[in-house]
Amino acid sequence: MEYLLFITTDSEPDRAGAEAHNVDAWVEEGARRGIRVRGDVLQSREDATTVRVRGGEVLLTDGPFAETKEWIVGYDILECEDLDQAIDYVSRHPMAHSGRIEIRPVMTFDE
Amino acid sequence: MTAASAAVAAAYKSDWVRIVSGLIRLTRDWSLAEDAAAEAFGKALEHWGSAGVPANPAGWLSTTARHLAIDHLRRRVNERSKLAEIALIAESTPADQDDPLRLIFTCCHPALDLASQVALTLRTVCGLSVADIARAFLVPTTTMEKRLVRARQKIAHAGIPYRVPAPEALGDRLNGVLTVVYLTFNQGYEAGSDRHIADTAVALAGQLAEMMPTQSEVRGLFALLLIQHSRRDARFDAGGRLLTIEEQDRTRWRTADIVAAGRHLRAAVERGPYVLQALIANCHAAAPHADDTDWARIVLLYNELAELRPSPVVELNRAVAIGMCDGPTAGLAALKTMEPSLPGSRYLVAARADMLERAGRRKEALAHYERLHEMTENPAERVQIHHRITYLRADVALPD
Repeated sequence: MEYLLFITTDSEPDRAGAEAHNVDAWVEEGARRGIRVRGDVLQSREDATTVRVRGGEVLLTDGPFAETKEWIVGYDILECEDLDQAIDYVSRHPMAHSGRIEIRPVMTFDE
Repeated sequence: MTAASAAVAAAYKSDWVRIVSGLIRLTRDWSLAEDAAAEAFGKALEHWGSAGVPANPAGWLSTTARHLAIDHLRRRVNERSKLAEIALIAESTPADQDDPLRLIFTCCHPALDLASQVALTLRTVCGLSVADIARAFLVPTTTMEKRLVRARQKIAHAGIPYRVPAPEALGDRLNGVLTVVYLTFNQGYEAGSDRHIADTAVALAGQLAEMMPTQSEVRGLFALLLIQHSRRDARFDAGGRLLTIEEQDRTRWRTADIVAAGRHLRAAVERGPYVLQALIANCHAAAPHADDTDWARIVLLYNELAELRPSPVVELNRAVAIGMCDGPTAGLAALKTMEPSLPGSRYLVAARADMLERAGRRKEALAHYERLHEMTENPAERVQIHHRITYLRADVALPD
């Protein structure tokens, strides 16, 4: 099953801190186990451009799709057996401790 | 009730979860599994009525349900690969004895919100109708139906696995299941008292204890629910007023349930939170009269529970027990230390009110009960409090 991870900030990080968890180690684990397909850190949301076409006009916004308290700072694509495997792997990502991570299943088209 | 309908009702209790959980494992389609299982029980009512109850009712139901599921699938698809898949289902081995546990753990998966876990468990594991579940949780039937649809979709789309958790995860996941069962029982026990829901929760706890006999906390929860449930005929007086444990007619407590609880407690090797709570409940159950209650033992058990699972609620209950054991002055002193951790709590006000009354400080007790009355919404509880207020007002009016 394919999952997209939205790596996001959170206003209430873990009090214990994320120091013990290393993103390089996390990436390496994903590669070794063949469950992480790819992923990247993103530039700041201030560098984003949002596109809408309305009434034939291309409208651009300087910034992200919505102004929110938490925002997306990175993404990963996982290939896992099931949600439990994904949750277990994601729980070791440093941002699961200092931020929050959404696990979004990718739609398959035999449904 | 005819022999056929009695046999179907009995089979429903013992076999519903086994049949549904097996079909879900085979087809991965929850709605289909429930529909096919329900249809099979419907057919049983027809056929057993005319042809008589079969020698192996469970086998008859399993086979019928599976054939119905396969028929539904065949009608839905005409692609060769899908038909091959269906053929596999038709030939596959009979139900795996772990299927019910697989189903329960999946219904109670933490990736589903608690309301969904409860709804799914009651519908799929316990076979309650959507209307009955909706009524018990005070929502419209359409809301409950949507909740179930959403939960089943989440399971399918998000890849929630259909399995009993691995040993390292079992502890936490089992706690989740027990929470759902306990919540369900409380829903039936409080509010307007929905007997059907309470009965269902107790039955489910019993099934879990049977399926996981080495898990002490499962036995603990079952024992706890059995003891609470044993008081079902004594909780209300003839006028519908909710009675305290002290006031209840103990001859109306169901002895069989209390004895069964005792058996499970003796078999529970580890003293976890549910086991301890059950042991406390057992102290009440074992006392022929309220005055015979071993409050000293209850205090010791609360000490143990507070060590294991400290919480303001445990502290409060311990303070009440201390009051009953060592006298209301000691109890009030214990309550005083608690105020900061339970601001605005009804239970704290209730505990103080009761202890003040026992201490003979009736005017203060009355003031607390009046405040408690304002804070309480549940109609049965309001009647109970009003009763105390009426009594105290008359009592306070008398010269000392």
